[in-house]
Amino acid sequence: MSAVFSSTASSGGTRAAGAVITAVTSGKGGVGKTFVTANLAAALARQGERVLVLDADLGLANLDVVLNLYPKLTLHDVFTGQTRLEDAILPAPGGFSVLLAGSGMIEYSRLTPTVRDQLHEVIQRVRPRFDRVLLDTGAGISDVVLYTVSLADEVLLVATPEPTSLTDAYATIKVLASTQPRRTMHLLINQVQRVGEGRAIRKQLQMVIDRYVNTGLDVPVSLELLGEVPLDSAVRDAVLKRQLLLVSAPGSSPAQAIVAAAAKLFSR
Amino acid sequence: MDPSHRAEPPLPAGKGQACALNTEVALQLLHQSGHAGLPGTPFSDAWLQALIDALVDLSSRDALTGLANRRSFELALAREIDRVARSGEPALLLTLDIDHFKRVNDNHGHVAGDLVLAAVGRALAETVRPMDLVARVGGEEFCIVLPNCPAAFGPQVAERIRTRVARSPVVISPDETIHATVSIGGAFAPQWVRTTPRLWIDRADVQLYRAKTEGRNRCCLEPAAVPLVSAEEKGMLFAASTFQDFE
Repeated sequence: MSAVFSSTASSGGTRAAGAVITAVTSGKGGVGKTFVTANLAAALARQGERVLVLDADLGLANLDVVLNLYPKLTLHDVFTGQTRLEDAILPAPGGFSVLLAGSGMIEYSRLTPTVRDQLHEVIQRVRPRFDRVLLDTGAGISDVVLYTVSLADEVLLVATPEPTSLTDAYATIKVLASTQPRRTMHLLINQVQRVGEGRAIRKQLQMVIDRYVNTGLDVPVSLELLGEVPLDSAVRDAVLKRQLLLVSAPGSSPAQAIVAAAAKLFSR
Repeated sequence: MDPSHRAEPPLPAGKGQACALNTEVALQLLHQSGHAGLPGTPFSDAWLQALIDALVDLSSRDALTGLANRRSFELALAREIDRVARSGEPALLLTLDIDHFKRVNDNHGHVAGDLVLAAVGRALAETVRPMDLVARVGGEEFCIVLPNCPAAFGPQVAERIRTRVARSPVVISPDETIHATVSIGGAFAPQWVRTTPRLWIDRADVQLYRAKTEGRNRCCLEPAAVPLVSAEEKGMLFAASTFQDFE
C-alpha cells in the first residue's frame, strides 16, 4: 500500500495551479460529514469561491440525498465513459457544483488500479476550473478513503464528541500519519453541546497524538481546530427537509458556526 | 414506504385464465410446503397479498431444511455489508460443512443424507440468536451471518455450534444413528470497509479449508488484526471525556 501513497504524496507540495483540494473525512460514519461538507460548500460559495463537491464516498454515496438531487449523470457514467466529465458536474442548491457518485459505484469501492487512475484523473481535470474542491470521502479508513485523502492538499476531519467518533478520528489520524506525509490536519467537531467543547477535544486528541503518534515521527502531526458546530434541532429539520441548513435556517447557531469555519478555511 | 405500492391493480381482462393457472401451481406449491392455507375470499386483495407473502417466504427458503436458501443468504450478506460499512459494527460470517457427508450418502443412502442435513440445519438454527441468519447454500454447506457479534464472542459462538452438532446424533432408522460433525470457518467483516460478498465468503472459506485440513470437527476463525487504537490510548483519549476542564 505504501507505494500507492508515496507516488501521490509528492503532489501535495507541488500542486498545479487551480483549486485547493480539501478531503473531508471522519473515521466513523454518521457524524454529519456529508452534511458539514455540503453546508461548508454553500458557505464558501457565498464568499465568492467556485466550489465543487466531489462525492468520493464511492460505495455508499449520499450527497444526492442530503441535497435532494436526482442526478441523471454521475461519476459512474464518467468512469464508464458514458458521459463527459463536464456534463456530470451539476449545479447544487447552495450555489456550488457537485459531481455525484451515484449508485452502481459498489464496484469502485475497492481500490483497484483503475479506480485509482480514474479518481486521480477526475481530480486533475476539475482542479483548473474551481477555487475549491471538497472531497466527501466515505466513512472508515478503507484504502479508497486513504487514497482519496492522499489526493487532497489538505484534510478536514469531522468528528462528534462521542467516544466512538473520537476513537475513529484518532485512528484515522494515526493511519494517515503513518502512510502519508501530511502533518497538519484540520478538525471540525460537530454536535457539540457546550461552547468550548471543540477546543477541549482538540487539545485532548493532540495530547494523545503527541504521546503515541508523534514520538515516532520526524515532523510531528498537529491538529488545527477549524470550528465547532453546536447540536441543534435546526440541523435535524434541515436534514429531514433535505435542505441545506444555510438555506433553511441561516440564522441558526450551527449555520453560523459553519459560515465561521468556511471563513477560516477561506482566509488561509 | 409509499402506500401506493400496496394497492393491487385489478386483474387485466383476458389474463384471468393464465393468472388462475399460475395461482393453481402456486397454491399447490404452498400446500406441498406445509402452508396452512390463505385467508379470505380467493382473489380478494387480502388473499392475493397473503399469496404473495407466502410465495416470497417460500422462495427464500431451502425446501429440505426450511433454512434460508442461497438467494436470501446473498441478499442478507449484501445488507450486512452495507450496515457494517456505515456503522462499523462487528459482524461475523461462518461457513460450515458437514464432515465426510459423501460417506453418509454412500453408506446409508440419500434418505439418510437428507435426515442428517435437516437435523444439522435444526441444530444450527437452534444454537444462534434470532437475529442471525442460517442458510443452506449448497449440498452440505451452510452459512451463518451474525450481525453485531463482538470479536471476542466469535470463537465461543463457533465452538457452541460445533459441539451442538457433534452432540446431536441423527436417528436414521430404528437401529441406526449417525454422529455427524461439522467443520467451521469464520471471518469478521472488516469494520468500516465496504467489502464484497465474494471476498467475505472467500475469507471464511479459507478458514473452513484450514479446519478441514487440521482434522475436521473443529472451528477456525481468521485471526484478528492488531487493534489500531490500544486500550491505553483509548484511556488517555477519554481521560477528560466529560471535558469539564475547559481552559
